[in-house]
Amino acid sequence: MSSARLKLKDVLAKEDLLYPGHRACAGCVAASVFRMVLKATRGPAVAISATGCLEVATSILPYTSWKIPWIHNAFENAAATAAGIEAAFKAMKKRGLIDEIPDVIVFAGDGGTYDIGFQALSGALERGHDFLYVLYDNEAYMNTGIQRSGGTPRFAWTTTSPAGEEIPGKLEWKKPIAHIVAEHKIPYTATASPSEPMDLINKVRRGLETEGPAFIHVICPCPRGWRFPTNLGIRVAELAVKTCFFPLWEATCEDGDVKYRLTGTSLAIAKKPELKLPVEEYLKLQGRFSHLFRPEKRADLIQEIQAAVDANWGYVLKRAGLA
Amino acid sequence: MAVLEQKVIGMTGDEAVAYAIKQVEPDIVAAYPITPQTIIVERFSEYVADGLVRTEFVAVESEHSALSACVGAAATGARAFTATAAQGLALMWEILYIASSLRLPIVMAIVNRALSAPINIHADHSDTMGARDSGWIQLYCENSQEAYDTCIQAWRIAEHPDVRLPVMICLDGFVLSHTLEDIRALPDETVKRFVGTPPEIRVKVEVPAGGGTEIVEVPYKLDPWAPVPLTMGTFAMYDCYFEYKRQQEEGMKAALKVIEEIGREYGQLSGRYYGLIHPYRLEDADVAIVGLGSAMGTASVAVDELREGGYRVGLLRIRCFRPFPVEQVKETLKNVRAVAIMDRAMSFGGPGGPLFMDMAAVFYGEARRPLLANFIYGLGGRDISVVDFKEAVKAIYGDLEAGAVREPMRYVGLRG
Repeated sequence: MSSARLKLKDVLAKEDLLYPGHRACAGCVAASVFRMVLKATRGPAVAISATGCLEVATSILPYTSWKIPWIHNAFENAAATAAGIEAAFKAMKKRGLIDEIPDVIVFAGDGGTYDIGFQALSGALERGHDFLYVLYDNEAYMNTGIQRSGGTPRFAWTTTSPAGEEIPGKLEWKKPIAHIVAEHKIPYTATASPSEPMDLINKVRRGLETEGPAFIHVICPCPRGWRFPTNLGIRVAELAVKTCFFPLWEATCEDGDVKYRLTGTSLAIAKKPELKLPVEEYLKLQGRFSHLFRPEKRADLIQEIQAAVDANWGYVLKRAGLA
Repeated sequence: MAVLEQKVIGMTGDEAVAYAIKQVEPDIVAAYPITPQTIIVERFSEYVADGLVRTEFVAVESEHSALSACVGAAATGARAFTATAAQGLALMWEILYIASSLRLPIVMAIVNRALSAPINIHADHSDTMGARDSGWIQLYCENSQEAYDTCIQAWRIAEHPDVRLPVMICLDGFVLSHTLEDIRALPDETVKRFVGTPPEIRVKVEVPAGGGTEIVEVPYKLDPWAPVPLTMGTFAMYDCYFEYKRQQEEGMKAALKVIEEIGREYGQLSGRYYGLIHPYRLEDADVAIVGLGSAMGTASVAVDELREGGYRVGLLRIRCFRPFPVEQVKETLKNVRAVAIMDRAMSFGGPGGPLFMDMAAVFYGEARRPLLANFIYGLGGRDISVVDFKEAVKAIYGDLEAGAVREPMRYVGLRG
């Protein structure tokens, strides 16, 4: 891919494609992520949202936050809806009704991606539709009130994985969704964090320029669900990256071979491992992990999380050819 | 106007549907295979593979995605078609309501099949009756010729600006889908001319202008080149939701007229007219059989034989079940003394089958109303014969003699 990287001045010059005044919660990181993603669009674009926080927050009748055509169909079918839209534009192009296929961008949360929407996503990836799927991962069903999803990390408190006397929050690990997506051997897969906006925006642009499916997994700290003050969203995202809880990478598939490449802070850490912070730095800011610190510190559980983070980081380094 | 010369092609019901859709050439077909619908998907794939259509064929991973893709495509203003049966339709259920409420003119062939459990692949109407209240127009076909013709008409009905609702074309599994029939097919260009291009629908939106706002009209579609982008599938609370539903009902009511108009126009072209209902030998009848679908062909033979035996019996086939042609049914049956209502589906625990309940509602307000007797038949593809229909009619004559319906729900051909 040969596109010129977008610079901060390009981003600042570009109009926001979300109107101000949406109904997201105070401190919502996802709303900022949407604006960043939309900064990378090239021209005509259509957005599709799965049911979720930002679907509701941007479309409450009689108002809309969207400056591009947008549709919400249902919870589990954002990828299938996008497939139909892309196929329709292809058909129109064949008939000479349009000259170019617009950018087709899906915005879906973790519930709509890891869980209920996984089948539709996998099917659309397999069929190779030309679309970009942005997963904004706030790691639980926040819109319905913080229930656990396949994206919720181990030991996180949610309203359906409460930290009780016997059970310390969610017992299952976070599904490695981006790796699973990359193994569909689609042309472009990436992870991104709003704490590194230019990395995020350029990945979106690259995803849009990709012929065929592209997928970007964005970590989206949620002040309501993760239990942190509304001014800390980007700081929490930054720590997710600096602790290697959420490594930043991109993967391309060439001739059936999936090649990973680290980016941003994760690349810096790979080069200079002492930059890597302990995961405790990330966990301690979040009330959803407070039972790991109070009434007494559960060093055993924190260590378990650290071991899993290290193992995943090792896996990513290996995939990137750096270990 | 002279009726066109038409090619006679030997096709099964499924093939006839695929052939009609090939001639219509929608922008996208998104479908998933399920017996007994499969041949539609297979034949259409062959048309795509042979370059006979420019349609984008999206071989989705489930029926849920099939209809979801159709919603996406139709929202861009494209023509979208899908086909399914039984479990597939049940899986689509959630999206049926979204398609109709977004007023997307999707056309879908349903090859009627019994719902599991036990799993069964043969005809009954439990699948489409489950979608009765989903806001889709439902047209039930008696034979494959009608399925072919309806697959062409459906677009004009669905896309009519007064209607703008999705349409289900229902044809009975195996009885029609897998049975060879001589189909009279219109020439391709005639079909293309008949369906034409979809009329553009415009909606009013309020947009920022200067320091305030202004109302502008925009095409009702996802159009990234439009000066004002449209937001579709919004979140509506108690202040806005109800009006959507009321408007859907307006579309349904308008469809009654449009289905007849399109039927007449098509009739002039093809020599085959289909309306909302199809009366047969009802002029002087004192007993009527009422039902849907392919078994009504068998019922018409029973009517003929009973008439030879001196029974004044007729048949009313309901082609359009949603919207229900209340006035037409009432008018057509105003002189009959009793009606045998044939249901190929059940509403467990209800006062009768779904058709029975509608018929009872139709006549409730009438001072002079016929006896209404309900017969459940053909579940899971159980055969119904001319003899079965004759016995049903004779049972009704018994009711008339007794002055009351002696059994509120009778089962035809049930063992034990």
